[in-house]
Amino acid sequence: MLRISKLPIAIFFAIIICFPWIAKHIPAIGHYPDLMVFAGIYCLITIGLSLLMGYAGQISLCQAAFYGIGAYASGILTVRYGMNPWLCMLIGMGISALVALLVGAPSLKLKGHYLAMATLAFGIIVFIIFNEEVELTGGPDGMRGIPGLSLFGFQFDSVNKYYYLVWAFVFAAFIFTINIIQSRTGRALRAIHSSETAASAMGVNISRFKIIVFIYGAVLASLAGSLYAHYLNFINPSTFDLFVSIKLLIMIALGGMHQIWGAIIGAFLITFLSYEWLHFFGEFEIIVYGGILLLVTIFLPDGLAGIPGIIKGWFRN
Amino acid sequence: MEKITFATQLLQYLITGLTIGSIYAMVALGFIIIYNVTEIINFAQGEFVVLGGLVMVVFHVSAGLPLVIAFPATVVLVMLVGILLDRLAIRPIRKPSVLTLIIATIAASILMKGVAMVIWGKDPFDLQAFSGRDPISFFGAIIQPQYLWVIGFLILITISLSIFFNSTIIGKAMRACADNPDAASLVGIDTKKMILLSFALSAAIGAIAGIIVTPISLMEYDRGVSLAIKGFGAAILGGLGSFPGAILGGLIMGTIESFGAGLISSAYKDAFALIVLLAVLFFKPSGLLGSVEISKMKRF
Repeated sequence: MLRISKLPIAIFFAIIICFPWIAKHIPAIGHYPDLMVFAGIYCLITIGLSLLMGYAGQISLCQAAFYGIGAYASGILTVRYGMNPWLCMLIGMGISALVALLVGAPSLKLKGHYLAMATLAFGIIVFIIFNEEVELTGGPDGMRGIPGLSLFGFQFDSVNKYYYLVWAFVFAAFIFTINIIQSRTGRALRAIHSSETAASAMGVNISRFKIIVFIYGAVLASLAGSLYAHYLNFINPSTFDLFVSIKLLIMIALGGMHQIWGAIIGAFLITFLSYEWLHFFGEFEIIVYGGILLLVTIFLPDGLAGIPGIIKGWFRN
Repeated sequence: MEKITFATQLLQYLITGLTIGSIYAMVALGFIIIYNVTEIINFAQGEFVVLGGLVMVVFHVSAGLPLVIAFPATVVLVMLVGILLDRLAIRPIRKPSVLTLIIATIAASILMKGVAMVIWGKDPFDLQAFSGRDPISFFGAIIQPQYLWVIGFLILITISLSIFFNSTIIGKAMRACADNPDAASLVGIDTKKMILLSFALSAAIGAIAGIIVTPISLMEYDRGVSLAIKGFGAAILGGLGSFPGAILGGLIMGTIESFGAGLISSAYKDAFALIVLLAVLFFKPSGLLGSVEISKMKRF
């Protein structure tokens, strides 16, 4: 599980690079690059969450809060203070890292249910702040006029340009995360997941590793939030509420949280489900999500990414 | 009209706080009944309260059944939902770990919320108060008669539970499961049945809380999460697993929320309880009446 072969990664990103060109020639999927921007943004968050939940075994129900902190840092600093968007992105990531440290240090000492509830409570508090600090955040009506991104005079002003920008970030995060998984840190995380007692007996500094991973996930979520804000030029609190945290949880449970690919598969499927395939369900999509999550938990504990393993097991018998 | 002094205002906050705190205490009791037997925190606990309120609206308002019939009918129906939750979501899990159990109950809770939205829509529902809405004046503060029903039911539930767990054979069997499931099954206690029973009992208490709180604060489909998290906060505050702790925790939680909303900021009403929850988790996770030794013995 620690070795991750390089060929599928190369193929996957080759497809990603060619995709806008393919989509241009097939009218039925002509708008897919737009959806893929969102899928990429979610991938950034789920990659971090997968490392935290699947590899380190720590639950987090507050990823949407860090996603929101990134988005609001970008939104508030560019709109209210006219700062450079890239700088705001970095500041957002810095704030998220700091908040993650402050919340994570005491939280991650907690186990199981306690950790779930602590992160849940923290996520709701952040959501309440987004709603109530109207002067800063615009309150429930949200915030308009967030500028787009540009680099050395090059404007990321079309869907395709932004698509490549987002996926460049995803690619970087993916490669970096794989390196973490295959390093000493990755082995330490697996050890923590199997048994905290055994891991600490072997000299693994459990709380340090847990906090590092928590901060890493928060920083990625914050980056995703900034990218979201600069893409849509508009944010409001409901994008970052508790249900989004649960949706992120569904993504990695469906994709399979024990493998990094699961994060990508889950982010793709749930993005396309919610923006495209579940449209006719309207608000009732929540039932579909609940059903998916329950069925996956019961019948596919390793998610879709675990299916090849199950099939291999059949052939061996 | 009497002059409203600061003292009567404080008294008013206290009364409101104790009332809403009684509801949180009932949710907390529901949590720990399941937790003590199974070591599962049922994230769908708040949904039982919502269902209690909404089903009662159907039986009592829409179908026009009298209170004495609609009340038990609602409780029984929600108990069935609790049993289904155990049979369909918890028991089928083959490799139960704390992570999968948390995810399964979260899944069940959003599923129940979605179904409630389909059936009842998004509007809040009202229920007539059990004995009218003529306020009673108490040292200048105002008490709704329904407040007394809420506090009365908390007392009734507390007494019934203590008789059940201390003096009946089934209650003692459930406590045995909580102490040591393996030893309990060795002496012939059907642990699966006890788990089922714990879900049914917990659903029943949730339903009662929902029925009696609806005349005060109305009820809508998405109230579950906030009730669950405050109820859990109450259970943690008192010490997870302790019955007196749950009641004490609930009352404190409700009082803090009421004073916080009244004196500091009503916009952050929901945040106060959560901040208390975080503070307890960070600084004294064993709670007020819980013991560190017991929490170390738990698997999760």
